[in-house]
Amino acid sequence: MSLVAEAATHPVSEFRVTRSRRNVAWTGAGALIVVVVLALFPYLVYSGTTTIMVQAFIVLTLASMWNLLAGYAGLVSVGQQAFVGLGAYFVLILALHGISPFAALPVAAVGCGIAALPLWWLVSRLRSGYFAIATWVLAATVMLIIEKFSSIGGGTGLPLPGLSGLSPTLLTAYTYWIGLAVTVLATLTVYLLLRGRLGLVLTAIRDDEVAARSSGARVGLARLLVFLVAGIGCGAAGAVLAISQLQVQPSAVFSISWTAEMAFATIIGGLGTIEGPIIGTAVYMLLQQTLASFNAWYLIVFGLVAIVVALFNRRGLWGLVDDRLNVRLFPVGYYLHTPSGKRRGSAGA
Amino acid sequence: MAWVNAIIQGVLTGGLYALFACGLSLLFGVMKVVNLAHGDLAVVAGYVAIGVITVTHIPVLWSFVIVVPVMALVGYALQRTVIQSSLNRSVLTTLMVTFGLSVVIENGLLQFFTANSRGIGSGLSLVRDSFKLGSQIQIGYLPLVIFAAAVVVLLGLQYFLSRSKYGRLIRASADDQEAVQLAGADYRHVFGIAAALAFATVALAGIAYGMSSQLAPTTGSDVILLFAFAAVVIGGLGSLWGTLLGGVVLGVAQQIGAQISISDEVLAGYIVFLAVLVLRPQGLTTRRAQS
Repeated sequence: MSLVAEAATHPVSEFRVTRSRRNVAWTGAGALIVVVVLALFPYLVYSGTTTIMVQAFIVLTLASMWNLLAGYAGLVSVGQQAFVGLGAYFVLILALHGISPFAALPVAAVGCGIAALPLWWLVSRLRSGYFAIATWVLAATVMLIIEKFSSIGGGTGLPLPGLSGLSPTLLTAYTYWIGLAVTVLATLTVYLLLRGRLGLVLTAIRDDEVAARSSGARVGLARLLVFLVAGIGCGAAGAVLAISQLQVQPSAVFSISWTAEMAFATIIGGLGTIEGPIIGTAVYMLLQQTLASFNAWYLIVFGLVAIVVALFNRRGLWGLVDDRLNVRLFPVGYYLHTPSGKRRGSAGA
Repeated sequence: MAWVNAIIQGVLTGGLYALFACGLSLLFGVMKVVNLAHGDLAVVAGYVAIGVITVTHIPVLWSFVIVVPVMALVGYALQRTVIQSSLNRSVLTTLMVTFGLSVVIENGLLQFFTANSRGIGSGLSLVRDSFKLGSQIQIGYLPLVIFAAAVVVLLGLQYFLSRSKYGRLIRASADDQEAVQLAGADYRHVFGIAAALAFATVALAGIAYGMSSQLAPTTGSDVILLFAFAAVVIGGLGSLWGTLLGGVVLGVAQQIGAQISISDEVLAGYIVFLAVLVLRPQGLTTRRAQS
């Protein structure tokens, strides 16, 4: 029976619209349990493990932000390392003025959001490929400007002060918790943003930009908001990076590898799904840990896998899971349940 | 006099940057593909040249006779496989795939050839010698040769695209692939030819940069891709002569920056690039953009 025929023969009250094809109460509870267990990790495992986990948190935060940019707003940025570096440097500058790095983190994230405004103004007119390389040039420019200030270490960088009072165990645990907090907050922010009005506008733009514009969607504003949030998120990840490395070096924090890692993790996990970056980060950590003794090989393999996935399986690994199990951990679309029992996906699905 | 010298050196460097830029510009103009692996492929060409010179002992300058056709073949093959199939999916896919290629190539070079930088033919008199104009201006033979090569390449491309049969096919395919297909030509093959041409210029760019400076795995994105892009944007889209002008403006900006402080060379170039992006986003040569 077609939808129109069904609508004619059944009262409206028999139609239901839900966020997901399945009830998500259990996935929500599951997510909460996972976060609680993760929060208990410093009591349960060796500090070597939590150090590796902090790295995973940084990549996951970055991947979530890149997913928001490329997967939802169509902005392939190759310059997000600008914000990673700025976040790290804002923490360093505040720490040099006697503020605890942990307290400096939120300030650094907000600072990156403010820095995103002029950077957006410079690149907002560009589309696709030109946007991509222009953000790359911007990141290089930001690094060159930072390197001019010898008071924050010039071209060689500085160790991060203000944490020597903490015992190593406590420092590792605090770093872990702040990394976990940033990741959870980043994922939650992306989820809530996409569930709300912005998600609808972005879906409309993705399907047909001209139609979205003519229906009154504020396309420019939506893209600005995404760029801003991604700047804040990547800045926060950079701040966590500075705290976990205990030093800030321009070539390391402004490295293109950050953008490579966030992009590959997102593409492999599944572009345009919130679950994708999580799966992609798991793949990244797996590769990184197994190939750690072979220098650059993990990035080569990671890149090759990302190319293959981008060419042959646009929806990534999470797409495969979704096809088999019909499940979404973070549902942001809408589903129409009809009386005949057929379910139809729609906006944002 | 130092300033005049800086400007002359900058103009000559502009030839090299135009050589960097014309492959990027050609691929974008024909296929709307921005090849983020552009610079890394130029570095690969440079490394191939070093290998060819060491193995066959041919004169350094003639290495391009082997490297250019090899890279053209690589370009055709890449276009017909990876680039075309990503183009069939979406423009975003081409970006992700070429970015992936860029990272893979850069780290592959790092893994196999270490991070050491290497030059091409650094012992040649052509590379080292220069002549004097007056008492303070010294002009190297190599920058002059590279500038001349860039002009020849741009003239050749211009002539090829506007006069030859394949040039017409390339322009037609850029306009409307389906119409070309209906008229009996295979646009994928035509795109392959365009990519082969672009990669031939990439090969020249790699060799030229290897001779005038040093190649390292990171040179591809840090220098070649970003400078090429800056030259394209400054000069204006889709104009081959604009590319030369863009390269010259970038080169002069860098040399003037270097005059102020040696560490400001690259930054000065980027600042001019950003200024053009803000004040004249359509570039210096093209009139108001259509969109």
